Amino acid sequence: MNRLLVSRRHFLRGAATALSAAPLAGCDALDPLLAGGDPVRGMIASANTLTYRVQRLLIPADRLAPEFSESEIRQGQRPNGSTDPTDPAYLALKDGAFADYRLSVSGLVERPISLTLDNLRNMPSRTQITRHDCVEGWSCIARWTGVPLAQVLAAAQVRSGARYVVFHCFDEMSLGLSGSTAYYESIDMIDARHPQTILAYGLNGSALPVSNGAPLRLRVERQLGYKMAKYIRAIEVVSDLSPFGRGRGGYWEDLGYDWYAGI
Amino acid sequence: MATTGHEGDTARSAPLPKSTIRRHRLATRLTHWAWAAALFFLLMSGLQIFNAHPELYLGQQSGFDFDNSVFSIVPIRDGNGDVRGRTTVLGHSFDTTGVLGVSGPEEGRDYRAFPAWMTIPSYQDLASGRVVHFFFAWIFAAVYAAWLVTSLINGHLRRDVLPGWGDIRTLPRTLIEHLCFRFDHSGRYNSLQKLTYAVVLLLLFPLMILTGLTMSPGMNAAWPWLLDLFGGRQTARTIHFVVMLLLVGFFVVHLFMVFAAGPINEMRSMITGRYRVDSRDEEGRVS
Repeated sequence: MNRLLVSRRHFLRGAATALSAAPLAGCDALDPLLAGGDPVRGMIASANTLTYRVQRLLIPADRLAPEFSESEIRQGQRPNGSTDPTDPAYLALKDGAFADYRLSVSGLVERPISLTLDNLRNMPSRTQITRHDCVEGWSCIARWTGVPLAQVLAAAQVRSGARYVVFHCFDEMSLGLSGSTAYYESIDMIDARHPQTILAYGLNGSALPVSNGAPLRLRVERQLGYKMAKYIRAIEVVSDLSPFGRGRGGYWEDLGYDWYAGI
Repeated sequence: MATTGHEGDTARSAPLPKSTIRRHRLATRLTHWAWAAALFFLLMSGLQIFNAHPELYLGQQSGFDFDNSVFSIVPIRDGNGDVRGRTTVLGHSFDTTGVLGVSGPEEGRDYRAFPAWMTIPSYQDLASGRVVHFFFAWIFAAVYAAWLVTSLINGHLRRDVLPGWGDIRTLPRTLIEHLCFRFDHSGRYNSLQKLTYAVVLLLLFPLMILTGLTMSPGMNAAWPWLLDLFGGRQTARTIHFVVMLLLVGFFVVHLFMVFAAGPINEMRSMITGRYRVDSRDEEGRVS
């Protein structure tokens, strides 16, 4: 019995030593496990798939995100990410007040189309006062006006087999040592056809400013800000996200962020 | 079964016959350690997430053109050109250089809210912090659901956690005994323990889960009442942070009490379930 107690004491002393050493060493011992490509990283990141499935089960497809009253707009919409793209094609369009802008809609559609800003403005519009939640943690309430993405997709007639909508953007983003790439994002067909998912051209009663994504940006009100691509150049309806970027469905996703950002 | 002559025990008075009882059920022990591990990762990944925007607000949104800030940790340049860490709580600022705002070795300072040794991963990486946080959030919530169901069925909740009238009556006496460092080893939770565990398990844990869900834009669509309950997404984020501080406070006191009450016996009871009681206590304390 005594021997058992001693060995238990040794065990506890060992455990206590290990526990007290952990904070001293910092937890950088865990850092390699979290690097992209490590199986541990892959395993814990799969919790995002669980979150996605559970939220899709729990939240009716057309359930709206909360909307707010006019009085709750207390400041301008805080710009984030790219705020002034320098891509030559974008600068040329900006110089012409986006008169020559064309939104291309292609991929798994019966009728690929190209729309001017006037075309978009003449389609049925939706205005919503919603809260923008940045992945960093802050929130900002603003009024957005645009054409429901569902209208644009209906005009192009989405084919069967379509699973995602990919947004290609003008703004170049850094990839560290690997150079740069154009921003891109993707959402599933449920969010693509959600009533509040709009291609916004208006903010707080004025034309969408360059810092917030002029001439056209996405609003996906049940997800975080990085899903809401700015400076949209083209829309592509696809069945598979692997051909784009590093295959994870978006610029930030390729750098390790979760594809589903409803949390 | 009896264990005698345990060397960690000093003979205070006459040697007392010792006996061990089965104190903690398997379910209690399993959930305890699962929570301990999950909370460790949730805390450190949570501080990583906080670092991405080290400021807390009240209401729906974050005031950039107006002031609804209640807490912030930022590096600022002082009059001499040195960068100092400044922590502001409800308008009162403190210099926290070395730990909060500015940390790390003198020759290579880190300008970040919580220092590298408090976060997972140690370097600034919001994406990885979120991946770790949500993985362990699922584990934490699943273990909580399992604990709640088990404890309702096996009576643990009613018998050991929820304080009754008798506990409220003995609370002042128990409080005084604790302040005098006199602990009973009857194997049953005293009124102070019941109250503390009830607050942690039935108030702070659910509050943590619900304020976490309130920050999810998806859940805001599913359950908009969460925003009304907590007074907005940014208030929920602030409450989430405050509950974290309360849980850290609980952890410190919890560890202190384990050491004060006899770490070997307490640890053994939470690992094997066996706990040594004073037979005198079983018959009623002589004090």
